[in-house]
Amino acid sequence: MDEKLIESLSPNERKILPYLKENINEISRQSKLDRTSVLRALEYLENKKIIVLSRERKKIVELGVNGSLYHKKGLPERRLLNLLNEKRILRLDEAQKQSALSDEEFKASIGALKKKALIEIKNEKLVLTGSGEEISRKTLEELFLELLPMEYHLLSPEQLYSLKSLEKRKDIIFIREEELIDISITKLGEEVIKSGKGTGELIEAVTSKLLEKESAWKGKKFRRYDVTSPLPSVNGGKRHFVNQATDYARKVWTEMGFQEMSGNIIQSSFWNFDALFTAQDHPVREMQDTFFINKKVELPDKKLVKAVKESHEKGNDGSKGWGYEWNEEEAKRLVLRTHTTCVSANTLANLDKKNIPAKFFAIGKCFRNETVDWSHGFEFNQTEGIVIGKNLNFRHLLGYLQEFFKKMGFEKVRFRPSYFPYTEPSVEIDVWHPEKKIWFELGGAGIFRPEVTIPLLGENMTVLAWGPGFDRMIMDYYEIKDLRNMYKNDLSQLRKMKFWMK
Amino acid sequence: MANITIDRKQFEKEIGKLDEKMQNRIAMFGTPLDKFDNETMDIEVFPNRPDLLSYHGFKRSFLSFIGKQKGLKEYKVNKPEKNYEVTIDSSVKNIRPYTACAIVKGLKFDDDKIKEIIDVQEKLHFTVGRKRKKLAIGIYPLEKIKLPITFKALEPDKIKFVPLETDREMSGLQILQRHPTGREYAHLLAGKSKFPIFVDADNNILSMPPIINSKNTGKITETTTDVFVECSGFDFPILQKCLNMVVTILADMGGKIYSMELKEGGKKKITPDLNSEKMKLNISNTNSLLGLDLNEKQIKELIEKMGHNYNKGVVEIAQWRTDMLHEVDLIEDVAIAYGYENFIPEIPSVATVGKEEEKEIIKRKIAEILAGLNILETSNYHLTTKQDQFKKMSVQEEGIIEVEASKTDYTILRKDLSHYIMKNLSENVDSEYPQKIFEVGRVFNNYKETENLALAVTPSNFTEVRQILEYLSRMLNVEIKIAEPKDKIPNWFIEGRCAEIILSDVETENKKSTSAGAGGRGPSNEKLIGYLGEIHPKILKNWKIKMPVSLFEINLEETFRKLN
Repeated sequence: MDEKLIESLSPNERKILPYLKENINEISRQSKLDRTSVLRALEYLENKKIIVLSRERKKIVELGVNGSLYHKKGLPERRLLNLLNEKRILRLDEAQKQSALSDEEFKASIGALKKKALIEIKNEKLVLTGSGEEISRKTLEELFLELLPMEYHLLSPEQLYSLKSLEKRKDIIFIREEELIDISITKLGEEVIKSGKGTGELIEAVTSKLLEKESAWKGKKFRRYDVTSPLPSVNGGKRHFVNQATDYARKVWTEMGFQEMSGNIIQSSFWNFDALFTAQDHPVREMQDTFFINKKVELPDKKLVKAVKESHEKGNDGSKGWGYEWNEEEAKRLVLRTHTTCVSANTLANLDKKNIPAKFFAIGKCFRNETVDWSHGFEFNQTEGIVIGKNLNFRHLLGYLQEFFKKMGFEKVRFRPSYFPYTEPSVEIDVWHPEKKIWFELGGAGIFRPEVTIPLLGENMTVLAWGPGFDRMIMDYYEIKDLRNMYKNDLSQLRKMKFWMK
Repeated sequence: MANITIDRKQFEKEIGKLDEKMQNRIAMFGTPLDKFDNETMDIEVFPNRPDLLSYHGFKRSFLSFIGKQKGLKEYKVNKPEKNYEVTIDSSVKNIRPYTACAIVKGLKFDDDKIKEIIDVQEKLHFTVGRKRKKLAIGIYPLEKIKLPITFKALEPDKIKFVPLETDREMSGLQILQRHPTGREYAHLLAGKSKFPIFVDADNNILSMPPIINSKNTGKITETTTDVFVECSGFDFPILQKCLNMVVTILADMGGKIYSMELKEGGKKKITPDLNSEKMKLNISNTNSLLGLDLNEKQIKELIEKMGHNYNKGVVEIAQWRTDMLHEVDLIEDVAIAYGYENFIPEIPSVATVGKEEEKEIIKRKIAEILAGLNILETSNYHLTTKQDQFKKMSVQEEGIIEVEASKTDYTILRKDLSHYIMKNLSENVDSEYPQKIFEVGRVFNNYKETENLALAVTPSNFTEVRQILEYLSRMLNVEIKIAEPKDKIPNWFIEGRCAEIILSDVETENKKSTSAGAGGRGPSNEKLIGYLGEIHPKILKNWKIKMPVSLFEINLEETFRKLN
């Protein structure tokens, strides 16, 4: 026999242990526990294989409200019969009055007595016809009522007959469904009971009171817990998973020596498009694609504006430019930034040449005028990076990108040609998804064109730049299929969401 | 973004088998293979290469790329024959000033070729043409036209012809009002007193660009052998490029190109011009930008793979390429020909010190402190709806920053986080309580962007949320004061259960000043940064929340400054 098993019995289990041979009501009475506590303790004992419970649903026939009353005072027909036994003949109205029965009871009584041929009705009078023996014998119904409560399935044919006739009358009989629990003690249970150890004292909880006196606990045993039983879960506070991921990216960039840059979400078209050599009739500059705000702002210093105008109109450093008339008013229109590259442009324009070489990064929300579905949204996160310096080249661009994506968990990265108005060469970054076995597109990179760098830096200097989207990486990590779930703020989902383990 | 659909059988017969290697070559050419099946293949063409927007254009360049062809493909341009003339009338000057024209003869059209030509025309309209705003292309059966041709502008009611897809003669104005294509592009001519037209020597109208061709003279069929091609618009160099794209595709289909004489005032021009354009390419610039060590012979080979010619530092560029603005564009072509997959990525030693934005560090600390109190961070959109921002918070619409033509109900930038936090609670009434949430994020007021913190607990009361705020302020070591409101409180709080949150020891512009602040709000080195309180049942009702909510929102900008 297992000592540990005995030590794991809870106080209630111990209390009922001596009475397991009794029925549940009796256990409850003897152990002084309510029925619910007894039932729970029985279940625990069953889990511990001390007893086996067999449950059966049974119909129990019981006395109804009137039934209990009649059980004490006698059935109405018995009361009427007793009256007639005294008076022999009575007028109907007199009989009802003297028997003190209700209309309903009175009618039912007459019916019942007539059926048994104990009375007759003659000229509005009740006449007793039964013999003395017949009168004194208890009826089947009376006998039946005395036996209640009974289990339905145990009723004899006569009892069933009585039940049927009584059921027609108001509230005499009540049939209740009950789950009957039969307890059978297992071999292990017998041993536990026999050992007598199951009822010994064990310390239940370590309380401050217990700790007051050493004698209260010294040398005593503690009730064992079932340490493996399932429990309700608890939840903690935490950062939103998107912010956990962006914080990680921040860490990756700073470890690589990048300095963070930030900027406004509302930008002028000048910084968002013009400074990035995006022609003013480029489709991205239509309301169809970009969120415009109906307001204009003043442009930055005249020298820069002039240089940007020149690079658009006729180019610089041997470039042909776009060959159109650049409109300053168009550049003043406010937009919600469509990429964080506008932050890079701003950083370059304000860069102190003494601080070159320099490396910067940004992570931020960008916007596009989109409808919302599982793969589209009007807000998305981008991570931006620029490296400014001498002797930088295309292979270095690929080097930084490969390293970053490796740290984001993508071992295999593919670069292929792409196009952006502000970079040349331009690169599209694909990462290999080892489970899905597909390349998936994460966004763009390149080396800023001289038409971009000359106005911003005053000279043609190599600037490596990239701005891949960030949301797809987060979605992939958290196995989110629907983009809308990124910012749904479903608290149940957020509570369950795992930490970004990188 | 534009895609072209190619017949797979034709591709495999004329270019090569579409195996995995070929799929990779297509991607590495800069034209990702979007999808393919046994019949067709869809290829994405980036906006810098409109010359690839047809099967023949793609094939020409791609054959060079995979080494089956070499260098610049030459096309013979025959001299104009008799009456191969287009007169450009001065009336078009302020309406649609330029055109570039050509004739191609000896064609054998079939269904596929006609489809390809119509298709590339539409794609050029859409991309380079900026939905026909910048340019439009017309192709006409020469047998139906009597040369020479005139390009002029007429009053809309004087223009009368039967446009394509109808059987009825219409005036210029009627076309814009009633014809489906006319209606679609009506905005391009709206408000102009005269509309541009091409007419032939018999004064038959060929077309009204950029809207529609005439049914009688503007539709090529399988019996057409000779065609007149025009591009009209506002940017002559681009018109020439597009004309070149179309005539070289027709030439690849078997046609012979003839030039035309354009007469404008006293001046004459000949189009098309298929003489290559020359641009210098410096070997050392190429190597230093790409991080390679190529010699001239290698560069020549790579340049030729991209469909150009190379001769002693000078590249001859095809006249259908629109993307060659600067030497760097040629260098990118070298890189593509070299193969992006062949570059060995390398991290250079650029010694710099990494640094996070101070704000981001503080934001993270705030989030950590609050997470320690079992509070969950939420993250909401920056755009919001008027309904959520104003109506549900029972406040007047004011200080709206609205975006134009939004495709959703999210049309304004959020002014505060509180309404979003309420929305989050409202959408989570079926989640387990208590609910404790916060958000740190950007809000927009008077075109100024600030970082705010909002926090709500439900069920809760004033005390609990104030305890949280005070704990946060102690942990950040930023002293705050909870004060009785002096002015009107935000409408969503219960009067008498709302406090002002005040930051003390704020550095003011005038440090010497000890007088009361402008709003009469105590010493001038104090600043109101937000409110804390219990949410009024009328607001809870608006959001269908059946639990008491307490909330605070503060502006973090001063806190950032103090901690910096």
